[in-house]
Amino acid sequence: MNRTTLDLWVGFFVALGMAALLFLALKVGSFSGVQMEQTYQLQAKFDNIGGLKVRGPVKSAGVVVGRVADIRFDPDTYEAVVLLNIDSRYTFPKDTFASIYTSGLLGDQYVGLEPGGDERKLVAGDTIFKTQSAVVLEKLVSQFLFNKAAESQDQQ
Amino acid sequence: MSEDTLVQIDNLQFDYGGKPVLQGINMRIPRGKVVAIMGGSGCGKTTLLRCIGGQLRPSAGKVCVDGQVVNEMSRKQIYALRRRMGMLFQFGALFTDLSVFENVAFPLREHTDLSEAMIRDLVLMKLQAVGLRGARDLMPNSLSGGMARRVALARAIALDPSLIMYDEPFTGLDPISLGVIGQLIRRLNDALGATSIMVTHDIQESLLIVDYIYFISGGRVVAEGTPEDIRNSGDPFVHQFVHAEADGPVPFHLKAAPIMEDLGLGDVRA
Amino acid sequence: MLDPRPFLRRLGALVLEKIARLGHASRFFVAVLLNSGATLRRYPLTLREIWFSGVLSLIIILVSGLFVGLVLGLQGYEILQRYGSAEQLGTMVALSLLRELGPVVAALLFASRAGSAITAEIGLMKTTEQLKAMDMMAVDPIARVVVPRFWGGVITMPLLAAMFSSMGIFGGWFIGVVVIGVDDGSFWSQMQDAVDFRYDVWNGVVKSFVFGVAVALIAVFEGYDADPTAEGVSRAITRTVVTSALAILALDFVLTSFMFRGTS
Repeated sequence: MNRTTLDLWVGFFVALGMAALLFLALKVGSFSGVQMEQTYQLQAKFDNIGGLKVRGPVKSAGVVVGRVADIRFDPDTYEAVVLLNIDSRYTFPKDTFASIYTSGLLGDQYVGLEPGGDERKLVAGDTIFKTQSAVVLEKLVSQFLFNKAAESQDQQ
Repeated sequence: MSEDTLVQIDNLQFDYGGKPVLQGINMRIPRGKVVAIMGGSGCGKTTLLRCIGGQLRPSAGKVCVDGQVVNEMSRKQIYALRRRMGMLFQFGALFTDLSVFENVAFPLREHTDLSEAMIRDLVLMKLQAVGLRGARDLMPNSLSGGMARRVALARAIALDPSLIMYDEPFTGLDPISLGVIGQLIRRLNDALGATSIMVTHDIQESLLIVDYIYFISGGRVVAEGTPEDIRNSGDPFVHQFVHAEADGPVPFHLKAAPIMEDLGLGDVRA
Repeated sequence: MLDPRPFLRRLGALVLEKIARLGHASRFFVAVLLNSGATLRRYPLTLREIWFSGVLSLIIILVSGLFVGLVLGLQGYEILQRYGSAEQLGTMVALSLLRELGPVVAALLFASRAGSAITAEIGLMKTTEQLKAMDMMAVDPIARVVVPRFWGGVITMPLLAAMFSSMGIFGGWFIGVVVIGVDDGSFWSQMQDAVDFRYDVWNGVVKSFVFGVAVALIAVFEGYDADPTAEGVSRAITRTVVTSALAILALDFVLTSFMFRGTS
């Protein structure tokens, strides 16, 4: 095989491979890991995190502003400690409210941040005190049934 | 070791898996000569050649090439030595993915920094020497056995070696190719001022071209001499070999129990 | 009463033989790495091997990738639409390809297409004494023959896996969006939402790199270690394909359990 033809083919092959990698990186994947190189860490404690996972999204007003970095169990307070990596471009007031929501009826769970009105901002290492736990479906259903039963008894 | 001895072998022994192949070989190969090492198939001739080239390490004794002890050299030293050696393998061992030209150019490209034009000239000269300049663009698989052997010979002499080794150069060739290879071995040796060692069992062709002959049997040198000595030798082994007799000191039968016994007729003797 | 000793003896011999072989392979690997520097500086040698194992595997990789993607599209849609989440089709296709199918299937195809060819080539060079001839010309066969083939395979493998995955995603998109009519926008956006570059794409690349090292090493070792006979070479080729397949699947399990454990 001729050297030039060989070079041409190998060049074509490598270019095609690089194009495939680029396609996978840009079109198929999201560069979330790279976008959020600059983050700061906050902490939040929940009574119950439901199905929240590490790397799950942290959203505010529906926009992804961070990721769940780690989930631990606090043996003293019997609470879940959730570490959040927040994009450094965004800051939130001290009295921000953190809740665990579900996207759609059966979708993944995420942490939602609702800013309060405090002048002071949360800085790295701070803890969010105002939290609301995940809604556990079984509890909701049993509560609903209990209420219904109570109502129908009242009517009788 | 005298000045005009290129290869000296002293009491060389070699075991293969506990089985002795060579048991005390002594040889002196003078500069500028063509020497043949002969013997029946499987007598250890090729092993001897491998020891000289440093591909095998002997269990005892020593091999000296140009005053250096091969079996005590590091791998680097052996490689340096091999640049001054050429070896022709039994079936040529041409690189099947390279053309004839590239095969001959291979040692030049690996060991020198010559320009492309220089390599081209050298390769064509080597191919001219073996009469195959016209075959330069062919691939090895389209060559006949004799032609492949000649190309391999051109490759072996590409770096103008001072020692050329031939492993069974005549095997499987028709009489014409055989004569051609024989003449080439002699002519190239004299033209290059090299020394040649040839391992073969083709006695008639060898008697025509070599200066000296060693006979090996059972891992030992059993006879040696010039072609003239060999032709007139009274040694029964040499006589059997030269005249290709079926039975003699080299027995027709491999050592075994008497045939009657093997056939279960052992008590016939009784 | 059956005497167990002959069986135990054979078992022992077998185990010792395997361990010795593994030792040979490790020493061979070290020799390959030690000789890599000098050989890679003569890059045209490796270029030829990239052509040999990469360019010549292109068609089979692209076509297989396409078909795997088409099947994933059909099956994935069939399952997802039962739960009313057909728009997650892109996510499913992309994640299965990037994390598992891309690296694993591409490596299996690579082993049977290029790995067996490498073993055959080196084995035949050994059989016809070409390696010995090279050695006698003071050219180290490991540096000249083995190293370029090894690195050619290692460089080629991740690129082939990426092409396989891309082609598969295209196949899944074709079935899902063009044929069945899943919404184009949600196909891509759901996929982009779920696929993380570092976590999914990069881990897939790392996997295929490891598979590339394993398959290329097995292929060159089996060729170099083959019995120098026609039968020995054919046995070596079989061993390359079988050992590579086992190595790929076992390594995949190990890598997966390290990479994707305990998270989403």
